[in-house]
Amino acid sequence: MAETMHIEPVKLTRDDFTSPIDARWCPGCGDYSILAQMKKVLPELGVPKENIVFIAGIGCSSRFPYYVDTYGYHTIHGRAPAIASGVKIANPDLKVFVMTGDGDALSIGGNHFIHLCRRNIDITIVLFNNEIYGLTKGQYSPTSKQGQITKSSPYGSIERPFNPVEMALAAGATFVARTIDREPKHLEHILKRAAMHKGTSFVEVYQNCVIFNDGVYNSLTDKKVKDDNLIYMENDKSLLFGKEKEKALHWNGTRFEVVQVSDHSVDTLTKHKEDGGNPAAEFALSSLSMEAHLPTPIGVFRNAHIPTYEQMLQKQIDDVTEQKGEGTLETLLNSGKTFEIK
Amino acid sequence: MSDKQVKTLESITIRFAGDSGDGMQLTGGQFTDTTAIAGNDLNTFPDYPAEIRAPVGTTFGVSGFQIQLSSKPVHTPGDAPDVLVAMNPAALKVNLPILRDNGIIIVNTDSFQQRNLDLAKYESNPLEDDSLKLYQVFRVPITTLTREALKDSPLRPKEKDRSKNFFALGMTYWMYTRSMEPTLEWINTKFKNKPELIKANTLALKAGYNFALSTEIFTTSYRIERASIKPGKYRNITGNEATALGFIAAAKKAGKELYLGSYPITPASDILHELSKYRNYGVKTFQAEDEIAGIASAIGASYAGDMAITTTSGPGLALKSEALGLAVITELPLVVVNVQRGGPSTGLPTKTEQADLMQAMYGRNGEAPVPIIAANSPSDCFNAAFEAMEVAFKFNTPVLLLTDGYIANGAEPWLIPKVDELPEIKVEYATDPDNYQPYKRDEETLSRTMAIPGMAGFEHHVGGLEKDITGNVSYVPEIHHEMVNLRAEKIKRVNNYTQEPELFGEPEGELLVISWGSTYGSVFKAMEEAKNRGLSVSWYHLRWINPLPKNLGTIIKHFKKVLVPEINLGQLVKLIRAEYLVDAQGFNRVLGLPLNSGELLEAIESHLKGL
Repeated sequence: MAETMHIEPVKLTRDDFTSPIDARWCPGCGDYSILAQMKKVLPELGVPKENIVFIAGIGCSSRFPYYVDTYGYHTIHGRAPAIASGVKIANPDLKVFVMTGDGDALSIGGNHFIHLCRRNIDITIVLFNNEIYGLTKGQYSPTSKQGQITKSSPYGSIERPFNPVEMALAAGATFVARTIDREPKHLEHILKRAAMHKGTSFVEVYQNCVIFNDGVYNSLTDKKVKDDNLIYMENDKSLLFGKEKEKALHWNGTRFEVVQVSDHSVDTLTKHKEDGGNPAAEFALSSLSMEAHLPTPIGVFRNAHIPTYEQMLQKQIDDVTEQKGEGTLETLLNSGKTFEIK
Repeated sequence: MSDKQVKTLESITIRFAGDSGDGMQLTGGQFTDTTAIAGNDLNTFPDYPAEIRAPVGTTFGVSGFQIQLSSKPVHTPGDAPDVLVAMNPAALKVNLPILRDNGIIIVNTDSFQQRNLDLAKYESNPLEDDSLKLYQVFRVPITTLTREALKDSPLRPKEKDRSKNFFALGMTYWMYTRSMEPTLEWINTKFKNKPELIKANTLALKAGYNFALSTEIFTTSYRIERASIKPGKYRNITGNEATALGFIAAAKKAGKELYLGSYPITPASDILHELSKYRNYGVKTFQAEDEIAGIASAIGASYAGDMAITTTSGPGLALKSEALGLAVITELPLVVVNVQRGGPSTGLPTKTEQADLMQAMYGRNGEAPVPIIAANSPSDCFNAAFEAMEVAFKFNTPVLLLTDGYIANGAEPWLIPKVDELPEIKVEYATDPDNYQPYKRDEETLSRTMAIPGMAGFEHHVGGLEKDITGNVSYVPEIHHEMVNLRAEKIKRVNNYTQEPELFGEPEGELLVISWGSTYGSVFKAMEEAKNRGLSVSWYHLRWINPLPKNLGTIIKHFKKVLVPEINLGQLVKLIRAEYLVDAQGFNRVLGLPLNSGELLEAIESHLKGL
């Protein structure tokens, strides 16, 4: 199975995707960065503009479709994955994106999210994770940290958060990645890879909400400390971090541990594998973000290739048609046990 | 062999009843198919419990299948059965109250042992006391005779006993002079990989037939002449099958692929089952993760250009209501089928009711009108599905199709339409990309201008937020006011294009009966009898309930009283009262059963007397 979508030469630029509608996110919102990188990626996909569809639910993130000049459907809270599934199954030629947030995808739409991942329909999900409900003005979300003070948790949230990457992996998405709004190059690169993937691709974007949860990812974005807290995963490369790349994550057979590179020869350090061959390592990597004392990896956790839902559906249609012949209205009306009354 | 006589009857109603595991639905289904082929008109009523296998022998595990067959047109499965085939004491107990006086009871005497009598909570054996003296009781040891017929079969005793429904079926085939051929053929196809079962079921069927022929118990067999129904090609069809076929036909006539997004729910699942067989017709069925995803994916498919439907029953419609509102505001063609069942909540999943009309009309937030069409019989579901889709595409709107458990599971012969009798469904898309506005409307229908993804130059946005004509979000008060009114007016205009129902009876008189949906058959029968009795009553049966037919207001004015029979506590009657300011009265039963035409006739008479 080909790893990437069939590419046709279509010469488009970022401007072709600029919507006449002005974005109305708060000044300084991380969403602007995601929009900017997406507009860079879209012309690179080689997909005609009319074949690109953005589907969104409800929330700040979900205004996204209005701000790109493609087909766009701003739907209802949590249901974008289900609506997008129908779009893609109806017309597999379309490149379908679901733009969503942590509340939209993981709370009200949690069920649709996991089932989209499970079915491997060729849709790219971009989850803007700001760990807060922004549009409803600041309640804790399913990714808010335990203890977080919000409007609806004045004494601290007592709920344990979801880890979106873990969920996507567990639900069976075939491409799973994480990136950060403040890392534009990385964001662009990951969005492009996700969009080119054939199958359900999932990207969690750590996104800063300047109004209700400002600085929630500071440890990963602040130049002074980020080197010790952030790992850029690259396929087939060691998982190095630290100012001088002096530290590494090393798989000891059951879990990852932080080691000093100097204590190892580079060849013996664990290399990151995206191919989905080691689920234990995948999950271990994804869960590191939940441990305050361990670094948070960004990049691609899984990049696996299996037939998509719509490919298998088409194959079934073809097989049954070959076996039973193409159905016509004539054959339909004369099916079943018919009899003549004279 | 004793002398036997043959009597000719105009019509007869038979009810097969037994444990859920006794195969009564299968037996009834076979009797139905054979009867259809014999050229009788018929109407059926499968009546089964919600439990898949309720405890054996109990009254709540009783599964029934009723069929009325006739040489005259039939519109109901019959109020009171003439014949009851009871496979065990519980089946007798449950069904005896509805059997007509002096009716025939065929019982499997083998099952009337103490244990089964206890399970059915009989204090004494009804076959031994005189509780059945008002009926003609035929006592047949069906289990014993089936075992005897299969004595050379290698099947285990339990497996042999499973063939006893074929023995019972064979007896009824002799009694009502049916041919065994269609069932023998069916057995051969159904069990083609299990030769032992072909043999056993064939032997049991023939043994039952021959037993009835040769025994002294049965002295009379009955003939029902062929019905003088319209000549043509027929097939027997249930409402759910007809619904499925209606949509496939609509897709073919529109040149569209059919997409179904659905979550299994009784009694609607059979539409999903049926449509999932038609992959070679390009039918895409998507078994969604829940009811909401069922409609949401259908909305997505419609948005992307498929002919899209979602199917459900009452509780599922409740879950779909927010998404249905999205389809209303984004004005996408979509048909939502609600196979109504007893409610509220889980209610009576396998029983029929018409109590979702208000939910269909008003069960959404905001002003969110949708056209509503109701099918009136099993085969009519084909036409109703087709017509619902025509309206959905002509007006770019979601349409609600209401059927119910009674007509969804019930069957009748369907006069198969010819391909060219079905109208083309025209699907129109925008043609001018330079001046495209998604909410620009057709002057006649007020339908918006559609463009679907893949159409170059028409890229645009739609969504659940209020929009102006360009598809841009608008919070301007006047624009919302205008859009709400336009959407309402669009639905009102649907009745410029739909056919008005015919008034049955005189154009003026004392009483007008207004009904809708599956009560058609029961009301038809009551009205026929009312006519015979010379009562001054006319009848108007609604097909489209929203919008109401244009001439209904005028018709109502020509009658002194209005009676609205419904299987709910009075829902259409409220709409009629509100719309026409008339003192319409309801006739309401919520028994989980079709309306009883005898009771309705009494109600008609008492309303006339009350004049």
